Amino acid sequence: MGAVGEAIRRRRSDLRAGLTGRALDVGLYVLIIAFLYVLATKVLDHGADYLVQILFFALANGAIYALIALGYTMVYGIIELINFAHGDVFAFGAFLSASLIPVFGLTEGQVWGPLTIFQLLGVFVVTMLVCALLNVSIERIAYRPLRHAPRLAPLITAIGVSFFLEGAMFLWKGPSSVHYPDVLPDVSISILGARLGVKEITVWIVTATLVVALALFIDRSKLGKAMRATAQDRDAAQLMGIDIDRTIAATFFIGAVLAGAGGIMYGLSYNTAVFDLGFSAGLVAFTAAVFGGIGNIYGAAIGGMVLGLIRTFWDGYFDSAWSDVVIFAILIMVLVFRPTGILGMRVPEK
Amino acid sequence: MIGWFRRVWETDPRKDPNSVVYIALGLFALLFPIIANVLSGGNPNFLLSVAGDAGVYLLLTLGLNVVVGMAGLLDLGYAAFFAIGAYTFAFIASDHLQVTPLHTSLHVPFWIVLIVALFVAASFGVILGAPTLRLRGDYLAIVTLGFGEIVPRVFRNASVWTSGVNGISALDTPELPVWIRGPWSGDPFGFVQNFKIFDPLAYYVIMVFLLVICVVLVRNLQHSRMGRAWAAIREDEVAAAAMGVNTVQAKLLAFAIGAAFSGFAGTFYGAKLSLVSPENFGFSVSITVLVMVVLGGMGNIPGVMAGSLLVYYVIFILLPQLPDNATSLANAIGLSGLTQSSGDWPGIGEMAARLKFLVFGLILVVVMLVRPQGLIPSRERQQELTKGTRDDTIIEDVQAETG
Repeated sequence: MGAVGEAIRRRRSDLRAGLTGRALDVGLYVLIIAFLYVLATKVLDHGADYLVQILFFALANGAIYALIALGYTMVYGIIELINFAHGDVFAFGAFLSASLIPVFGLTEGQVWGPLTIFQLLGVFVVTMLVCALLNVSIERIAYRPLRHAPRLAPLITAIGVSFFLEGAMFLWKGPSSVHYPDVLPDVSISILGARLGVKEITVWIVTATLVVALALFIDRSKLGKAMRATAQDRDAAQLMGIDIDRTIAATFFIGAVLAGAGGIMYGLSYNTAVFDLGFSAGLVAFTAAVFGGIGNIYGAAIGGMVLGLIRTFWDGYFDSAWSDVVIFAILIMVLVFRPTGILGMRVPEK
Repeated sequence: MIGWFRRVWETDPRKDPNSVVYIALGLFALLFPIIANVLSGGNPNFLLSVAGDAGVYLLLTLGLNVVVGMAGLLDLGYAAFFAIGAYTFAFIASDHLQVTPLHTSLHVPFWIVLIVALFVAASFGVILGAPTLRLRGDYLAIVTLGFGEIVPRVFRNASVWTSGVNGISALDTPELPVWIRGPWSGDPFGFVQNFKIFDPLAYYVIMVFLLVICVVLVRNLQHSRMGRAWAAIREDEVAAAAMGVNTVQAKLLAFAIGAAFSGFAGTFYGAKLSLVSPENFGFSVSITVLVMVVLGGMGNIPGVMAGSLLVYYVIFILLPQLPDNATSLANAIGLSGLTQSSGDWPGIGEMAARLKFLVFGLILVVVMLVRPQGLIPSRERQQELTKGTRDDTIIEDVQAETG
């Protein structure tokens, strides 16, 4: 009798949980549909050329977010650490490349030729390498000694490193935003009445190249395989003879390469940088990583694009003061309704 | 009373370092007004006011310690509840509601708002916690971080209700129906009716009372059935659930209590400053409080209190003084040229001001590397760290044996 009563009680509470869950789901869908309806009316008001223009900007923003989000997701996937310093590595990439551009002989408003492309490539390579070395040394100094410490300890050092990097950039360039040299040619083509500039095209090409290269690397190379194995089960991977320290360092290296590239492209598109740029950009990118399912590389890329779309559309059609609120509300809702993200796998509790 | 003294006397304080810290903190709180008087040469108001602000952070630290230290839930948006508490006070204890669409103002006494804000903040804790507390540790951290970013932005943007970035000013001054007058305020003995509290010493006394109440409360909670349930959840949630702990209820309660403390602190903060502004409740506040808890020694009440005072001193007193000290040092050693800004060099004072973030970050990293258990950890936690409870150690042993 006791068992039957227990079963009935459990069934009832399941039912209740199911009903509340369903009510919440329905509420969410109603909310999304209502939002899309308001958006649609606004879009119709502003006309097609405005829509296409916003779309171009959104895809470029999304690409930059995606590049940062990849670093977050890879690091979280492999050592389950929210690397707060990652956004600041991105900002450092922007700052460093701003100083490197004149060093490589690029000036504002110059004539473009094959040589200038190589000069810009040089800026990219040096910035990405320096960012990567920075991130690897952060891992070596601040995270590796704490790998077996309680979970909170590396998180606090990550916050500390973030403050340190912001402080270093503050010391370097001061509190106000600095001008980033506008070196890309101001050429654009007109599509459906909207301008598609060199800036957006550069961002797309670089991001697409890097993401495809990363996907191939993770899928095909031996180190990529080691990363996937380490992410899945670190102890088992170690027993199989994988050098864990090297694999984790490689993850930080690659994450920072992508973040550095993101930093350059942020600078090239917006022509401005400020010392705490990494904090806000990092939060959005982290939201993107969670949105796509943290630990999932394709998820982070898609999440970045989606967040770029949401943010740019909100800024374009609604009050931009609220865009951060919207982003974080989405973050919370994704975690409440779909904790594993859009593409995430169910992670067992450890 | 005699029995109590005997018990204290017979308990060797060396067995429990915590009691030494408690006694030290208590003595410090009692003697501080005198110390401040001596240090400032008879004008202690500034130091007492600073102590009141430090008390706000002590309250916040005690509250976050319940959430992070006892129940093991990582909360990165704790300042949101602080903001909610402060704005609750601002709404119902000032003329501000007159300029909102409500067009009526409320003047609820400070002492009642303390309780109201406590419940308002706790309710927000429950509202946020109920759907999200089933998430795994890091996801919870992200949700709270998001909430902590949303709340100040809402207060900033909803300017019809909150006056936006300007904040709400001219909040009510706390009032006591009767107060004793005496030689300490330069008056003859007597009673004052409807005593308005402007004096920093009065704020200091209120704060010490609040702190004593909170410490006793938290200490009892920690040793209660619920406190043991929190410890069980912190160590292993699955095992705790298997042992019959209602984990959702226990986590929700921890979250609500933490939020309630924050609401408490928010009310006091608003009353003392007589101003609330969305800029005062950002991510840096949440992080500062978290750092206080972790540096002090998570879960250990005297530890986190000591950590709170230390971090408060470094962030709000030592680092802001750095520019002036650097300038006077440069002048003293004959390098006064350094104090002038020229070209890219902004002057040594400005340079020292810019060092602030860097120094703070460095302190965080170094302390965590050298002492990840915190300055005064609880005994259980220290044993966990030195002996190791995780299965990682097995692998290390295998490695050590196989070379």
